[in-house]
Amino acid sequence: MPRKVTYTVGQAGGPTREISVNVHDLDVDPWGVDAKLRVVGTEVPRLDAAVKASGRAKYTYDMNRPGMAYSRLLRCFHAHAVVTSVDTSAAAKMPGVLGVTTLLDVGGRITFAGKGVVAVCAETEEQLDDALHAIEVAYDVRPGAVTTDDGRAEGAERVDERRDNAVVGRRGRQERGDPDAALAAAAAQVSATFRTQVQTHSALETHGCVVEPTGDGEYTVWASTQGTGSFRGTMARALGIGADKVRVITEHMGGGFGAKLGGVDEWDRAAAFFARDLGRPVKAMLDRRAEHLVAGNRPDSIQEMTLAANAEGEITALVGTTHGTAGNGGGGAGAANTRIYRIPNLRMTQTTVSTFAGRARAFRAPGHPQGIFALDGSVDALAEKMQIDPLAFRLKNDPHPLRQVQWRVGAERIEWERLRREYPGDGTVKRGVGCAAAIWFQRGRGNYVVNLQVARDGSVIVSNAVQDIGTGTRTVLAMLVAEELGLTPERITVRIGDTNFPAGPGSGGSTTAPSIGPAAREAGYHARLALAALLAESWECEPDKIDWSGTTFSGPGGKNSTFDEACKLIGPEGLAVSGQRRPNYKQGFSGETAGCQFAEVEVDTETGVIRVLRIVAVHDAGRIVDPLTARSQVVGGVIQGVSYALHEDRRMDRNLGDMVNPTLDTYRILGIADCPKIDCLLTSIDSGFNNAGMMGLGEPVTVPTAGAVANAVSHALGVRMTELPITPARVLAALGGAR
Amino acid sequence: MTQRPDGREEGGFSRRTLLKGAGATAAAGALGGAVEALAQDAGPGLPANASGIAGPGPVPMTLRVNGGERKLDVEPRRTLLDALRGDLDLTGAKRVCDRGTCGACTIWLDGEPVYACMVLAIEAVGSEITTIEGLGTPDAPHPVQTAFRKYDALQCGFCTPGFVMSCAWATKTHGAELDDAGVRASTCGNLCRCGTYPHVIAATLEAAASEEGK
Ligand code: FES
Ligand code: FES
Repeated sequence: MPRKVTYTVGQAGGPTREISVNVHDLDVDPWGVDAKLRVVGTEVPRLDAAVKASGRAKYTYDMNRPGMAYSRLLRCFHAHAVVTSVDTSAAAKMPGVLGVTTLLDVGGRITFAGKGVVAVCAETEEQLDDALHAIEVAYDVRPGAVTTDDGRAEGAERVDERRDNAVVGRRGRQERGDPDAALAAAAAQVSATFRTQVQTHSALETHGCVVEPTGDGEYTVWASTQGTGSFRGTMARALGIGADKVRVITEHMGGGFGAKLGGVDEWDRAAAFFARDLGRPVKAMLDRRAEHLVAGNRPDSIQEMTLAANAEGEITALVGTTHGTAGNGGGGAGAANTRIYRIPNLRMTQTTVSTFAGRARAFRAPGHPQGIFALDGSVDALAEKMQIDPLAFRLKNDPHPLRQVQWRVGAERIEWERLRREYPGDGTVKRGVGCAAAIWFQRGRGNYVVNLQVARDGSVIVSNAVQDIGTGTRTVLAMLVAEELGLTPERITVRIGDTNFPAGPGSGGSTTAPSIGPAAREAGYHARLALAALLAESWECEPDKIDWSGTTFSGPGGKNSTFDEACKLIGPEGLAVSGQRRPNYKQGFSGETAGCQFAEVEVDTETGVIRVLRIVAVHDAGRIVDPLTARSQVVGGVIQGVSYALHEDRRMDRNLGDMVNPTLDTYRILGIADCPKIDCLLTSIDSGFNNAGMMGLGEPVTVPTAGAVANAVSHALGVRMTELPITPARVLAALGGAR
Repeated sequence: MTQRPDGREEGGFSRRTLLKGAGATAAAGALGGAVEALAQDAGPGLPANASGIAGPGPVPMTLRVNGGERKLDVEPRRTLLDALRGDLDLTGAKRVCDRGTCGACTIWLDGEPVYACMVLAIEAVGSEITTIEGLGTPDAPHPVQTAFRKYDALQCGFCTPGFVMSCAWATKTHGAELDDAGVRASTCGNLCRCGTYPHVIAATLEAAASEEGK
């Protein structure tokens, strides 16, 4: 029987809203903005910190199984080619070689550098190396474009012979109002073309798995994945067996950022076939070059933007055409998010350009960092043209109540007014300050179940198949249960990353915590109800006469009991309950999470070298369960954003079609020496979408960084920077062009 | 010799020096004394020749790891990193770039941090090897490990063992003198993709300031 609960959501001391929700009879009440919590909202060190910092945490890459063999693919590094001959006979006879399988036969077509052609399995990695070297493959090499411009050029070779390379995607057209009339009537408008590069995820643990047949046609698979469930399903399908025959384990995972969603890949399947045929465990991890080439990337973009405003400084129109390449895949064109600023008249067209390069994959806020770079760059350019302070211009055009607060909080922290006044300054080293906006949407999803067991000795085990990809999911689950049971989070044992437990969400779209957290809270609450029932029996009263103070039970006649005392009433077999997540509540505070970032930079106009001095990041993500690990997420998103803004660039050789810099020394990611000071300000709110008021955080925190850095550099130089990464060469070219 | 970005040198021989050699003979020449200890058996079907060439098959060797002796049979071309991880199941050091860029494989060789992917196992014979497993345990952590936990200087944790080894070396070497720039210099050969740098700096400074961290 549903009950109606009316409560207040939003920010304590800030904007709030009263909402009503129907919850099931036995469900826990939602917290609301005024909840007094003991554990949630405090800084709790992540539960697996000690095991990770001591090197004991076992990742997929670390699995050494008895009798384990190794498998890897021989790859073709031509962008476009047809196989004309394959000779594996010498390799097959080499010492230690256990299996050789051709993935592409004569006539097989290759459409990106890095495609696997032959799979080999051997006793040792050294023997595997030797065997791969002994295989002879000949190709008929064909022309193939690897850049967006070349791919959309007249007469370019088609990636998919049946259709043009340039395609406007299903959701590639957006139109509202009358943009042409608005442009004609505008008091001011700016037009510019923004370009961004291809970025690779570069997680430190590469993709891969260890597949172990366990007899009876069943398999245990250790996988570096963001979704144990989807990995299990796709692995079972590859092996032609039921999902019930496959167990996937991801106890620890060395980074994914979106690239490890979606299940098994070519190399995983090859490993599984070898494991099946040999009856032995087989390990297959990508090397770094393959990781860069075939395991995903953030598409590049060419965004032609026109933004216009009326005389009052209100944005009236945006017209944009964007192109981008997702390699062999779709979804290439990143585009400005059109829901941040009030834009009454709009026309946007997004075209994906297929090229002969590895497929894009979801990458931390797909489409957004590149789109915000162009949008907030245009906003700055228009403000400048109208001689309005860029922050004042944003405050005027941003309708989000929380971001209104955040812009002011961030501006105060970075001392916006003073820096805008004093910078860029005299001399050859200039300074600048800039800002950009963040947005995200995820309230979580699904009806996941968390299991919870309590033993007489008071030990608690929480279990679900969900994986912790470094975000702190394990710790968040423990905290939510600890809150309900009056315990410290360290008391809770969390067993996750194993499909033997109830299904959990894949970690994509910043949905993990709000998808699984409410189920954990519910499970903790149900354990408490079960203990209250045992106490009622022992105290000979009705269960509804038992109160809970947050740490102790109390009953009629002054009786009371701690959690541990109550546990003594549990039978020797233990107590088991579960908690299920309910569908999202309908109303909520705001369906969008908000954020903004400010950057302060220094640019040497003689060398073009940029130093990012400071980033101020202001974000909300619903209720912040653990501010310690949440801040890590923010800092991490900022660092990836600075790295994207200044350094990272997948360079393709236009003639050979191969990646020029497929290593970590040539594909540069930001190092500690260049890491700016980062101030992280979290505006915790109750989102009102689930019993804990949680939302996702991983993605929005990297959305505005590159845009804010670019705007700060543009402020320092007095020239608009329209291309990422902002390298010293581009700085000098922009200064040269402006002279 | 391989130089780390902070100017320190790695080991006596670098993997690159060896790989430049024209094969086993050149490698053996470069190894000098270390090979004598290994010359009993150069691998199945390839008995050691008169000049004591090891390999190309697996050769028996003894490594001193975390205070104990470990016997293993590996090919002379096997890196110390792969031997530690694959043969001794000491998987704290990670293989990430396998070419001396990222520092995820950082261990100490005779007390100095080196990239284990840039050293051959055979080169490490006779040296004292300290891996992350020898530095501290979850129950008895090194001060740097304690501080990493407190400051959340780890996310996915894949870079963490390497960072801890670099930071523990820095606290051991500089003690309370260690400052922000010193931590950055000591870890600029380590990469983290999740973005833990500010927390690594804070944690290491606290460990350095503590009595035990010296
Ligand atoms: S794996 Fe050794 S430095 Fe990267
Ligand atoms: S914590 Fe993930 S790479 Fe550093």
